[in-house]
Amino acid sequence: MKVLVPVKRVLDYNVKARVKPDQTGVDLSNVKMSMNPFDEIAVEEAVRMQEAGTATETIAVSVGPAKAQETIRTALAMGMDRGVHITTDEDLEPLAVAKILKAVAEAEGAELVLMGKQAIDNDYGATGGMFAALMDWPIGQYANTLAPGEGTIEVKREIDGGLQTVTLKLPAVVTTDLRLNEPRYASLPNIMKAKRKPIEAKTPEDLGVDTTPRLTIVKVTEPKTREAGVIVETVAELVDKLKNEAGVI
Amino acid sequence: MATLVVAEHNNTSLSEATSKTVSAAKALGTDIDILVAGQGASAASEAAAQIDGVRAVITVEHDLLARQMPEAMEATIMALMDGYDTVMAADTTTHKAYMPRVAAKLDTQQISSVTGIDGDVFERPIYAGNALAYVKSTGGKKVVTVRTTAFPLSGDGGSAASESKSVEIGDTGSTFVSEELTKSDRPELTGAKIVISGGRGMGSGENFALIDTIADKLGAAVGASRAAVDAGYVPNDYQVGQTGKAVAPQLYIAVGISGAIQHLAGMKDSKVIAAINKDEEAPIFQVADYGLVADLFKALPELDAELAKIGY
Ligand SMILES: Cc1cc2nc3c(=O)[nH]c(=O)nc-3n(C[C@H](O)[C@H](O)[C@H](O)COP(=O)(O)OP(=O)(O)OC[C@H]3O[C@@H](n4cnc5c(N)ncnc54)[C@H](O)[C@@H]3O)c2cc1C
Repeated sequence: MKVLVPVKRVLDYNVKARVKPDQTGVDLSNVKMSMNPFDEIAVEEAVRMQEAGTATETIAVSVGPAKAQETIRTALAMGMDRGVHITTDEDLEPLAVAKILKAVAEAEGAELVLMGKQAIDNDYGATGGMFAALMDWPIGQYANTLAPGEGTIEVKREIDGGLQTVTLKLPAVVTTDLRLNEPRYASLPNIMKAKRKPIEAKTPEDLGVDTTPRLTIVKVTEPKTREAGVIVETVAELVDKLKNEAGVI
Repeated sequence: MATLVVAEHNNTSLSEATSKTVSAAKALGTDIDILVAGQGASAASEAAAQIDGVRAVITVEHDLLARQMPEAMEATIMALMDGYDTVMAADTTTHKAYMPRVAAKLDTQQISSVTGIDGDVFERPIYAGNALAYVKSTGGKKVVTVRTTAFPLSGDGGSAASESKSVEIGDTGSTFVSEELTKSDRPELTGAKIVISGGRGMGSGENFALIDTIADKLGAAVGASRAAVDAGYVPNDYQVGQTGKAVAPQLYIAVGISGAIQHLAGMKDSKVIAAINKDEEAPIFQVADYGLVADLFKALPELDAELAKIGY
């Protein structure tokens, strides 16, 4: 089956976000950017499916600025076949991204779209579900384990109460959770090889997708920081403080 | 103008998350109806009708709604949305799985994990809670998920009207196979007054018994860091953090947890934070009200004994 993996370039998970003084958003100048970690898990899964012979072709697609090409290269270096880059300098909402992905998935004839359950920058957790609805495809959110079958895929999902297993008819969407796999590091030879893999570039206009935002950002602020507390010397002192000072036990 | 709140329930009982979502919905100042989508869910519907501030409880029953599968939930809500300009649900995995589907069908952007509502402006944490975004809709219907820890219970004593509706649901392409639910007599993590969480420092699943003992004494829920879940010490549903559950108890006790930003995102709104860590440089101490620099294998049995002294 043909597998499509959307990948997003985001602020690296190890970097603390800083709000811009004018409160219009988070400062992304001169900071380390990486592939969204959940997308890395999706890429890894696609590559494993290819190695196992269940995926016939794997395509990484990124919607983002010129530099998002690096994110696609990372996916290619991990082993995916080729890339599609939808270039835009706008910070698109998940709805617009889902519409773009629909156009790409239809053009490519994708049968399985593996994607991150959330992007760790805007934390919407919405693109996968939106894309699935636009395609009228079933979705397996928060995948812990995948088992592809004949025209189906079984998804063990991480839910609030534990684990749930569902079978989806293909074509389908699966979103990844942290326990699905541990993404590999790309080897140097594979990084070199990835430089020669094809990346096709298009714009949202080429695809005829309307990307008008549905929300306005009024402002973005720093959250309240907690007051520094005290270091207690003994467990007895801790219990005393919790009981008599904080009154929480 | 009306808001449809989708109930969080398991057919036989209604979760407190529903009442908290209603209290978030009250901030919009419109009529509020609750949708109970399930199968054999009359107990949940009856409980929903008691919540203060609700106009009507609409029950839709269907085999495919027994576990509120995303495709069936989308069909159900879309069949009702003519009467509403907002649909709202808790940001639990049940609702997070389908609400984006509804938003896409309504051609609107979902407003996720809202922590505050002021008029038409919604507050939501982004970047693991390191920034707060204030957003408003430019028009059209609103699809909102709420972080229930940020809203109080709505109170009871309500007397909502009850209605049953039936909805056509076609082939969804998705079949339920099985479920392995974590069994626990402890309070639910996101609603508990006290949470005690263990991290990688616990060293093994067996060692979590040290935490369990204290949790049982205090009537606390048990949580964990991602590292503890990844290592298989505890089930996935214990994970607290940016990509797990958000909690805001009266007391959060972090044991053997370093305090990575992704973990803090899920617990820094707790009223009081206590941390036990052997590394005095651990970032968790920067957010803890009370820090104890100690080996947890010594500190936890001592904690157990000290609690016993004061009657636990
Ligand atoms: C995409 C993504 C999403 C993530 N989401 C989450 C999330 O939702 N929740 C989450 O928690 N993390 C999340 N993480 C992981 C996060 O970045 C950290 O790796 C994780 O929180 C670390 O867990 P920990 O504190 O238990 O382990 P460590 O960072 O290894 O810390 C262990 C701590 O235990 C202490 N310790 C060890 N032995 C003892 C002892 N005997 N006595 C006392 N103290 C001891 C050590 O001093 C140390 O501070 C996410 C990461 C990514 C990339």
